[in-house]
Amino acid sequence: MAQKTYAGVTLEVTEDGYLVDSTKWNEEIAKEIAKEEGIELTDKHFAVLKYIRENQAGLTIRKVGKSGIVDIKGFYDLFPGGPLKLSSKIAGINKPTSCV
Amino acid sequence: MTEKKDIKVKKVAIICAKGTIEDVYAALVMANGAVMEGMEAKVFFTFFGLDAITKKYMNKLHTATVGNPAMRMPGGLPFPTLLGLIPGVEAGVSAMMRSQMDKLDIPPVEEFLDMITAGGGEIYACKLAVDMFKLEKKDLTDHVIDIITIGEFYNMAGGEGSQIIFT
Repeated sequence: MAQKTYAGVTLEVTEDGYLVDSTKWNEEIAKEIAKEEGIELTDKHFAVLKYIRENQAGLTIRKVGKSGIVDIKGFYDLFPGGPLKLSSKIAGINKPTSCV
Repeated sequence: MTEKKDIKVKKVAIICAKGTIEDVYAALVMANGAVMEGMEAKVFFTFFGLDAITKKYMNKLHTATVGNPAMRMPGGLPFPTLLGLIPGVEAGVSAMMRSQMDKLDIPPVEEFLDMITAGGGEIYACKLAVDMFKLEKKDLTDHVIDIITIGEFYNMAGGEGSQIIFT
């Protein structure tokens, strides 16, 4: 298991860079993971991240699109190049396993 | 492990030529999966696959209950082909499949196309098949960018890391 330091905290991460323990996550850590992915987090991003953290089980792009926080197009715009994976990584939760 | 230099898939060009639930969804899941991974996806619907982008039929696709050896009853018993001949059985089985998919958060065709195009995926219709079925652009869903020839589709499908997939 690899380790990475975000916002002054050393954390266990998976091979793909997802946090192992999502309870260690905080907004500062999110900002640094996002920076690695080339994303500058805004309030809108944080609203989506909050939804994702609260609805981890069976998370799909479709559910995020129906969350009322962002539509699917907006979700792709916020996290370009793989919204579900990127947002999960930044939200400090497990890598998504959904095909939809 | 030996070090291999794989070129990552960057673009998929998917051709969907059949109109059953399973054939259409195979194409849609692959296209959506590609855009979810940040890849380019282009889907070309031809022959009976056109049903998936024809307004009148797109949300009423069926699966074959006759001549489908993989068809089983709920519980796993083989589905007798003769049963599939009874009027209404195919509709019932198809409706059941659609409801099972909905439980897995797999959307109806129209919404699935919304998702794919929202992610930047592109939908095309085959000119030859559109002419053959006497359809017009207005009969097709608005997701369709254009009605094009297979040659034009191939010309959009090139580049390093591109794959053409036929379902």
